Amino acid sequence: MTGIFGVSIQGLFGQLLVGLLNGSFYAILSLGLAIIFGLLNIINFAHGAQYMMGAFLAWIGMRYLGVNYWWALLLSPLLVGAFGMLLERGMLKKLYKLDHLYGLLLTFGLALIIEGLFRYRFGISGESYPVTELLAGGKNLGFMFLPKYRVWVVAASLVVCFGTWFVIERTKLGSYLRAGTENPQLLQAFGVNVPLMITLTYGYGVALAAFAGVLAAPIFNVNPVMGSNLIIVVFAVVVVGGMGSIMGSIVTGIGLGLIEGIVKSGMIANLLSSAFDSVPVAGSIVYPIKLLLSPEASAVTIFVIMAIVLLVRPAGLFGRER
Amino acid sequence: MPPLKMNAVAWGLLVVAGLAAPFLVYPVFAMKILCLALFACAFNLLLGYTGLLSFGHAAFLGTAGYVTGHTVKVLGFQPEIGILAGTATAAALGYVIGSLAIRRSGIYFAMITLALAQMVYFMSLQMPFTGGEDGLQGVPRGKLFGMIDLLHPLYMYYFVFAIFLPGFWVIYRTIHSPFGQVLKAIRENEPRAISLGYDVEKYKLTAFVLSAALSGLAGATKTLVFQLASLTDVHWHMSGEVVLMTLLGGMGTVFGPIVGAIVVVSLQNYGANIGEWVIVITGTIFVICVLAFRRGIVGELAILFKR
Amino acid sequence: MKRKLLSALICAALMIHVGATAGAATKVSDGVVKIGVLTDMSGTYSDLAGHGSLVAVQMAVADFIAKEKPDFKIEVISADHQNKGDIAAIKAREWIDTEKVDVIVDLVTTSTALAVMKVAKEKDRITLVSGAASTPITNEQCTDTNVHWTYDTYALAVGTGKAVVKQGGKTWFFLTADYAFGKSLEKNTSDVVLKEGGKVLGHVLHPFPAQDFSSFLLQAQSSGAQVIGLANAGNDTINAIKQAAEFGITPKQSLAGLLMFITDVHSLGLRATQGMYLTTGFYWDMNDETRAFSKRFDWDNRHKPTMVQAGDYSATYHYLKAVKAAGTDDTKAVMAKMKATPINDFFAKNGKIRVDGRMVHDMYLAQVKKPEESKYAWDYYHIRQVIPADQAFMPLSESVCPLVKK
Repeated sequence: MTGIFGVSIQGLFGQLLVGLLNGSFYAILSLGLAIIFGLLNIINFAHGAQYMMGAFLAWIGMRYLGVNYWWALLLSPLLVGAFGMLLERGMLKKLYKLDHLYGLLLTFGLALIIEGLFRYRFGISGESYPVTELLAGGKNLGFMFLPKYRVWVVAASLVVCFGTWFVIERTKLGSYLRAGTENPQLLQAFGVNVPLMITLTYGYGVALAAFAGVLAAPIFNVNPVMGSNLIIVVFAVVVVGGMGSIMGSIVTGIGLGLIEGIVKSGMIANLLSSAFDSVPVAGSIVYPIKLLLSPEASAVTIFVIMAIVLLVRPAGLFGRER
Repeated sequence: MPPLKMNAVAWGLLVVAGLAAPFLVYPVFAMKILCLALFACAFNLLLGYTGLLSFGHAAFLGTAGYVTGHTVKVLGFQPEIGILAGTATAAALGYVIGSLAIRRSGIYFAMITLALAQMVYFMSLQMPFTGGEDGLQGVPRGKLFGMIDLLHPLYMYYFVFAIFLPGFWVIYRTIHSPFGQVLKAIRENEPRAISLGYDVEKYKLTAFVLSAALSGLAGATKTLVFQLASLTDVHWHMSGEVVLMTLLGGMGTVFGPIVGAIVVVSLQNYGANIGEWVIVITGTIFVICVLAFRRGIVGELAILFKR
Repeated sequence: MKRKLLSALICAALMIHVGATAGAATKVSDGVVKIGVLTDMSGTYSDLAGHGSLVAVQMAVADFIAKEKPDFKIEVISADHQNKGDIAAIKAREWIDTEKVDVIVDLVTTSTALAVMKVAKEKDRITLVSGAASTPITNEQCTDTNVHWTYDTYALAVGTGKAVVKQGGKTWFFLTADYAFGKSLEKNTSDVVLKEGGKVLGHVLHPFPAQDFSSFLLQAQSSGAQVIGLANAGNDTINAIKQAAEFGITPKQSLAGLLMFITDVHSLGLRATQGMYLTTGFYWDMNDETRAFSKRFDWDNRHKPTMVQAGDYSATYHYLKAVKAAGTDDTKAVMAKMKATPINDFFAKNGKIRVDGRMVHDMYLAQVKKPEESKYAWDYYHIRQVIPADQAFMPLSESVCPLVKK
């Protein structure tokens, strides 16, 4: 077998491809968080719950109203986004002048309420959302089977991510947004309706979460806790990328997906094993590191990276010190 | 009422309530409150008085619990020695995590502590002596100083109270000492504290280690109370819970975290009877608290009394 | 042999004793038998246990009162242990001390079950574990005041492992949740696979909980194993099965769910699960008795009982019968009575409680139906084989439970 450290080249390629698929999820979720943090200075802990709402609305639409996947992809983010704007108007608005801590706690509370209500109504086992006809099946690449749906997910998220980046960084509307991030009072003085802009921005960030939720519905089990399992990871992505940095969150999201893919393949752990296991003392010193880089540790990988990045580059990879 | 007199009244109330508690409420419930109250007060030393939000404090609570459980159950330590071992380990872990984390501030500080705590959680799941997700079960309470049988609920309760009181007193003294004044100065204006010639990092680290050690003391005691150490105490939900207790009771008030712990533990305990709704109710309390009572229960009361 | 004789003699003696008191009123401490249902009401396992467990226990009590007309009062209380050992332990202690609870039923995760068993042992009360799965409950950590009613990881692993190897699934690869439960499930199964002449090609540990299984599934795929054993539970199993179909792994390689409940199959749908083998202690659609029970159980036309919930009913009923027969709610007498009486109800035929607290009864090997074979709601399983009680559970000769004297 042609291979490095127990993983064949094809196998590694497959793992990287799968990593890219996951990375695009991280990217689209962390993008929403980054936009919200950038303008509102709020760490939106309810992001996971809003992602879950997106997936559930798609399922409810299909089950009870016969709404198909493509309409769900449009309607679900709109509805959840509108719900987000109501939250912003009703609650978040009161917290802008306070410490970050309060925004985090409020949205944490909201996440609990939303999750609890869905749990009460739909139970915990969750529901199954089928892949739409058009995207069912896949292509055999020889070294792996590539489902069409996953390709669609990557394409859709990349388009949305870079579209969002383009609007914010390269258009007039985006320049208002950036100005609002820098100095809202001044922007207000220029006659821009800043509060409205903030509401719409929060709505858009939330809609992105719901969009990711609809994308995720056919892949993952649709259940009330699907978001809370993901939210901490997505946070870490935003912090590594640099709080509020649009490009940072996109690139870090995809990069993390790739790194996770390599860790999950067990390649690094095998490499360390083959290099150090025979050496008596070094073997036991390397053991905890090996453990942290083994497939079962893939959930902590991001935190290892985060700790290292923050110690070396305090503002994250793409962020600026404020 | 002048603040000093108010504190004296509060201390009196605390001691009387603490002594009477096992006759009024269920003793194990009271013990859990004392343990978590000490944990919240230790956390408040950092958040309320130094302005550092740690999102990984469960690591200290849980690690100390495991060490105490292991030393008492497997190595056959006396309970008091086991607790000391747990506390010392938490302090050492606090030194390591603290020295890394205090190099950053604000939300980044919170995130580094979270990241390192997640690693501690992972290790707790992996290490053979923790019993993984089954937890470290059946830790004997043993005999205090080889004489007093701690299986008796009242003896155990007063033992826990005898740990809580000095622990809390240490926090109280720290806050009101010159050292505590410097911490508050750092919280209010860090650059100014630096320009006054204080070695800010050293002060922060000392506060961090002290807070970690006291959290460990709480965790170690909790293990003996429940005769069990489990992943619950290392999970990030616990780190979130302690923020809730502190905020609810009143951040930066001496007695606030105790009140917060009472409310949260009661909610969990009596909330167990409302089944499915407990999550929604907890969430609602969070929201109401942030929107309407940001000073927390004790903070709002203090303002009421001052008028 | 001598031991058996001795225990038979003791049982006989007890029965005579009971016979003598049968005429008198039942001596129940503080006038009421109190049953505490301690379960996961809000978390990961709230569908397979949760509110349904409470419903099942209440049904058992109502049926018992109607049928046996006891001369003592029965009360049921319930609480959510949130899958946390400390909350479970404090609730159990408080119930026993202040509410005078006599028996605690359900207990979902192993950590909560073990914690409550310890408390109950110390306070001399009975625990009837139906929800938790791990074998230490009746093995290393067994107590003489506990009965493990419905199933355990050994029974599931042996049942499914054996059957799949017999069907020709000789080579295995395991997808294992990285915690003690997953690892013990893997070990039990691979032992059986090897014993039956199969081969284990490898395994990969995944974090718990996990969302995306594609990386791990690709590794399983490239191992070329015929069977991928899923040594995990709940959402992890659901996501793994869903994504295996997505990546074209099934039906080329087949999956074996080592811990699956009917609620999981319900949530995944038959398209993704068709043809899978699984072991269960109860299926609602086996015969008229089980159907009658399930129909009454369905409180809002959306639920069929899981094996955990059916087990709760069976355990509660058996307990109450033992109280009546023993004429007291004294723990020792009731436990002896429970162990002496065989269990015969819709859940178990000739079930027996062993000295280590394991209730042994027939288990069933089920195969999930194809979508076109399913005629009505929740019509999910073919029962392919009955696994006799004496083969389904870990034999006492392998047990390290201190109550089993060798």
